Amino acid sequence: MTDISLSGSSAAGKTIPPAARAMRLPTQWLGVAPFIIFALMFLILPTLYLIIGAFQNADGAFTLQNIADLAQPTIVAAYWISIKVSVASSLLGAFIGLAIAIAIVRGGLPNWTRSAALTFSGVASQFAGVPLAFAFLATLGRLGLLTVLLRSIGFDLYQHGFNVLSFWGLTLTYLYFQIPLMVVIIVPAIDGLKKEWGEAAATLGATQWQYWRMVVIPVLWPSFLGTFILLFANAFGAIATAYALTGSSLNIVPIVLYAQIRGDVLHNANLGYAIAFGMIFITGLANVFYIWFRTRSERWLK
Amino acid sequence: MKSGKFWAWVTFVLGAAYFFIPLIATLEFSMRMKRGEYSFEAYRVVLGDARFQESFTFSVVAAIFTIILGVLLVVPTAYWIRLRLPQLRPVVEFVTLLPLVIPAIVIVFGYIRMYGSNSPLPFLASGFGTNALLVIGYATLALPYMYRAVDTGLRTIDVRTLTEAAQILGAGWTTIIGRVILPNVLIAVLSGAFLTFAIVIGEFTVASLLNRPAFGPYLQNMGANRAYEPAALAIIAFAITWGCMSLIQVLSRFAPKSASRPN
Repeated sequence: MTDISLSGSSAAGKTIPPAARAMRLPTQWLGVAPFIIFALMFLILPTLYLIIGAFQNADGAFTLQNIADLAQPTIVAAYWISIKVSVASSLLGAFIGLAIAIAIVRGGLPNWTRSAALTFSGVASQFAGVPLAFAFLATLGRLGLLTVLLRSIGFDLYQHGFNVLSFWGLTLTYLYFQIPLMVVIIVPAIDGLKKEWGEAAATLGATQWQYWRMVVIPVLWPSFLGTFILLFANAFGAIATAYALTGSSLNIVPIVLYAQIRGDVLHNANLGYAIAFGMIFITGLANVFYIWFRTRSERWLK
Repeated sequence: MKSGKFWAWVTFVLGAAYFFIPLIATLEFSMRMKRGEYSFEAYRVVLGDARFQESFTFSVVAAIFTIILGVLLVVPTAYWIRLRLPQLRPVVEFVTLLPLVIPAIVIVFGYIRMYGSNSPLPFLASGFGTNALLVIGYATLALPYMYRAVDTGLRTIDVRTLTEAAQILGAGWTTIIGRVILPNVLIAVLSGAFLTFAIVIGEFTVASLLNRPAFGPYLQNMGANRAYEPAALAIIAFAITWGCMSLIQVLSRFAPKSASRPN
């Protein structure tokens, strides 16, 4: 039946005879029906509900007022600190992760370093949330081991403006899952660099620097950029670590939204929807780029 | 290349330092509960705490149900996509990646507004319904990982031939999926299951916003009120994550290697 409709479509455009479609739909599509219904009910519709709510006033009429209301200073500040932490932790995470990945794949280190780093990265990339906050409080909090040790050799972190409950504290904490995530994703891409390319470049007289600049960086660039964007979305949506680390002293967007869901602190339900919409908009935008870069990089890695 | 190797070591050692110092510090901190000596007092207190046991059990049960729901949802779908509807693959893959795009807090916010007590589908009206919604939310969060794991597993087997062979022997769809396909991708499914477990066990946002007595909110509560117990809990959580990931690694050794993949 597929063959018939295929040859038919090449002759007469893409129209499938209505009768064939009617016969096909139920049996073929029943197999994915549970998944489609689940995705609609518990993923797509709840999200759409919020997006639509973001463009409605309390009476259900269309309005752009909620989006305009996002411009109030506390919300803008929340988005700004969220974006700053996400960009900083994903940028640093991406570069440090890339450096570690190159070191373990191409650095001529013994084999155990690679498997150890990869295993550990697998664990650490999933070690987020509340326990991660505890770990960093125990390390860099006012009574943390590192703080105490540094103070005992005469360097007081907190006298020098550091605070684990701050932008840099949160960024440093996020790096604990950002770097490993980068390592886990980028190592296969570096493995995908074919040995022949290096040899071909060398045969053509390229220096090591030229090989890196003209072969390695262009090939890795899309997956690097793509992973960077994934890290960004990852940090932007995270709440548990920040909430456990800073309580509400650092108002990132998810924490503002959390407070709004719990107690309507903004006294405007639709403004809450608008905040959620803003979050989806930003991570969605980031992921559109991610998908675009990934399709570009996959051409090289096959 | 001598200097390259030097810098590779420097990178590796610095990275190792960044990742091990917090673990060592947390371990050290967790053992300082008794003044003047190292002890496992904090662990004893935590493990003996009834709320720890209750919330941990609750989260383990939630994780098990999440895994069951995830498998029931993902295995037949991924199988059917491979067998009959390859043209739908990009759509389904896109949908499974959505939970990485839409933050968990937004998804659960949508649930709270859509399935409240006054809605046509009042999940939140009863404790049972809320628990069900929690498991559903977790299955959604784990969807990207579960789908990927299962799809990778299906890639290594010849779905079409297995299906036809089973059909010739008179098997129905349930038998094919349950007794032919599932055992063949069991290792992939288990990898997805352990990853799901690692994600669900300490999850905070969804559990907290649905007011469930889960392990994540308990952790947060301890963090706000105690000094040494949170460090002990962090070590326990790390050990659980480590255990799940190690099991995945061990399992992957038993997984059949795909013919299409090099090495």
